[in-house]
Amino acid sequence: MTEIPNSRHSAFQVLTGWLSLPASARLGVGPAIAALVLVIIVLASVFAPLYVPYDPLAMNAMSRLRPPSDEFLLGTDPYGRDIFSRVMIGGRVSLLIGVGAAVVSVAVGLIIGLVAGFFRAADGIIMRIMDSLMAIPAILLAIALVALNGPSLGSVIIAITVPEVPRVVRLVRSVVLSAREEPYVEAAIALGSSMPKILIQHLMPNTFAPLIVQGTYICASAILIEAILSFLGAGVSTEIPTWGNIMAEGRSYFQIKPGLIFWPGLLLSLCILCINLLGDTARDLLDPRMKKREG
Amino acid sequence: MQFKTRDFSTASRVLKIRKLEVGLAGRPRAEKVLKGIDLDIRAGETHCLVGESGSGKSVTSLATMGLLPKDALEVQGGLIDLEGFEITSATHAQMRELRAQRIAMIFQEPMTALNPVLRVGEQIEEVLNMHTDLSQAEAKKRTLDIMDQVHLPDVQRIYSAFPHQLSGGQRQRIMIAMALVLDPDLLIADEPTTALDVTTQLQILRLIEEMQERHGTAVLFITHDMGVVAEIADTVSVMQKGEIVESAPIRELLTNPQQDYTRKLLTAVPNLKPRPARVVAEKAAVLDVTGLDMTYGGSGWLRRSEGVHAARDVTFDIAPGRTLGIVGESGSGKSTVARCIMRLIDPTGGEVTVAGTEISRLSRRQLQPHRKHFQIVFQDPYRSLNPRWTVARSLCEGPINFGTPKAEAMKHAAELMELVHLPTDALDRYPHQFSGGQRQRIAIARAVAMKPDLLVADEAVSALDVSVQAQVLDLLDDVQERFGIAMLFITHDLRVAAQICDDVVVMQKGAVVEQGPAGAVLSNPRHDYTRSLIEAAPGRHWDFANFRALDRAPAAQGATS
Repeated sequence: MTEIPNSRHSAFQVLTGWLSLPASARLGVGPAIAALVLVIIVLASVFAPLYVPYDPLAMNAMSRLRPPSDEFLLGTDPYGRDIFSRVMIGGRVSLLIGVGAAVVSVAVGLIIGLVAGFFRAADGIIMRIMDSLMAIPAILLAIALVALNGPSLGSVIIAITVPEVPRVVRLVRSVVLSAREEPYVEAAIALGSSMPKILIQHLMPNTFAPLIVQGTYICASAILIEAILSFLGAGVSTEIPTWGNIMAEGRSYFQIKPGLIFWPGLLLSLCILCINLLGDTARDLLDPRMKKREG
Repeated sequence: MQFKTRDFSTASRVLKIRKLEVGLAGRPRAEKVLKGIDLDIRAGETHCLVGESGSGKSVTSLATMGLLPKDALEVQGGLIDLEGFEITSATHAQMRELRAQRIAMIFQEPMTALNPVLRVGEQIEEVLNMHTDLSQAEAKKRTLDIMDQVHLPDVQRIYSAFPHQLSGGQRQRIMIAMALVLDPDLLIADEPTTALDVTTQLQILRLIEEMQERHGTAVLFITHDMGVVAEIADTVSVMQKGEIVESAPIRELLTNPQQDYTRKLLTAVPNLKPRPARVVAEKAAVLDVTGLDMTYGGSGWLRRSEGVHAARDVTFDIAPGRTLGIVGESGSGKSTVARCIMRLIDPTGGEVTVAGTEISRLSRRQLQPHRKHFQIVFQDPYRSLNPRWTVARSLCEGPINFGTPKAEAMKHAAELMELVHLPTDALDRYPHQFSGGQRQRIAIARAVAMKPDLLVADEAVSALDVSVQAQVLDLLDDVQERFGIAMLFITHDLRVAAQICDDVVVMQKGAVVEQGPAGAVLSNPRHDYTRSLIEAAPGRHWDFANFRALDRAPAAQGATS
């Protein structure tokens, strides 16, 4: 967007400028560890197909419920499938759902929120629809949406997205409502800037910082909701392993094969813990008002 | 002009500050915020601390109260002695006791200093309950008594009112009552009237004076307004960059300042004498406002509500190259008129003609091509530029909207920077890298970039220090002369209006009460309200820039037939 020569600013300075970050912003030790753990989990999941020893779907009646060994790192499940392969491949889908739901709900919420915040005529109608969506419990709504669209990956992402959108809309709308009263926005009106230009160039950048924070929380909760949906049998079909449906299947074998729940559960918890920790860090950096006073 | 001439050499010394140094916490080598300040205040004396923003006035007062922001600032040397008690080494408990009993403070914004969810009477009483052994009944009696002393009307009712139910002046009275209820030796007032209208300001200044006489309190009064200083000070200290550059009795300081900085500060203060009238151009008016009406609210969705009549039947016009000022107190509707003319809000009635086009009823789309004819400069330089945009981008926004190619707009932006006396290499920087005055220059450049016929300045210099204010006023004058722009200047400050306006419109409660040439209105006001405004202007008989009394005091001898 900025074509005006900007030579004396590095990309980092421009980024911190856009997010109104203090120049001295630094990552603490806790968040750094969280970032490291998260990066390892993400890389391990993304590149899982390259290194997992077995096809996660290949059943083998000869090797059911094997204990961990050199052959099967974490043992096998009741159908003789390698748990390690399944958990790593399953992470791919779980993370995809988390990131996908976060991106889609932030994008959709941003557009609706901008419109609601800027056009007073649209505001009343949009916000009442959002209120009614928020009145329905998220899980219930998600189950209904999956039931409606069938248990595919896309429909699960949509099912998780829809209940999250109103929250994003409200956030964006509130930012726009306060930003549009800023004199620089009024100056832009006086300078004859068109409504779309004001909306996109002046108002939208104000929403980025809170949206990054909100996005991380949605990502974490989406991974969790996917697991819940799978556990309830309303998630992605069992042909695609996810942390959620691996745990769901392992439920009845918990007594003899706790690893079926333990390993995907551990990765899921770690993942959510790290994402939330990074979200908190982002919030502290981007919104100094929320930060606890030091000392 | 009557100055205070009381002699305090025999009075006991209440506050003694010696070589006070305040610096950034934990960084004793960094540049100090206060660089060794000496200050003496005696019982019954009013000592004014003046200086521009950032000069260390407030830090001095906070250090005296022991209220320096923890982890940010700390006392790094010197002593603060309150009647023999050394404040810099006091414990928290000692300070807490001291703050109520012997030093009290009032702040600029009484709304934020009072607790919004407690009744104001209870808040005063709380001070008594904390620090005295009075019974409930006695405490209440004393509270009502002090409220009576600060001239609050109907004290029984106000006792049980919440802060938001009171006016700004009343809230400040409550603050003063709270500060003085324990009869402290020293009252620190940090810009206590800056947020108030002039007429209220005068009342509060009188009140502080009266309370001071009654209780014999020493007052440390912090302000940036030389007019206020002239009204109330016995002695004055001028601060600059953490140092006291000059300290003298009021008359001496105003008639014979010793330091260059004091001179510079005083020379920048505009006086109330209207500027020499300029020749009336025989040109058609650029802006013609007829019967402008604005009602906020009004039509409810389900039931009709009253609405607020913020402007009624406002009529005036401005010729090219001339400046018309709208003056009035807060809530008088002056900003509403400006915003209606800019079409930032849609007026509910009347006509606004700019450069020959009636714009009050045009739709957004129809209005767009006419926008370039009228531009606005806002009050707050910190919020009127997009913080995420470089100066160049802000300056180019308008011209590009009207079809100027980017390269040409950039070239023009560089010329504009020279026009407003800023270096052209500043184009690549962001607003936060500039001072308030510089930002206001950029905002003016942005407005001028459109080559407008009309420039609306909505309190454009009110947030600036007085020396910067003078520079920006000069710049506006310069721009006006060079391009022959008509200017609508909204201000609450009569001095500024006197200095820059050819014509003046006085507004009260949404209606125009008086209008005419600045000379006539300001030196011979016909309406009572105008007269009360002028009479309330502090230090109005003094010509600060020339270190003498005004040869002809404006107003006063008005048409009081």
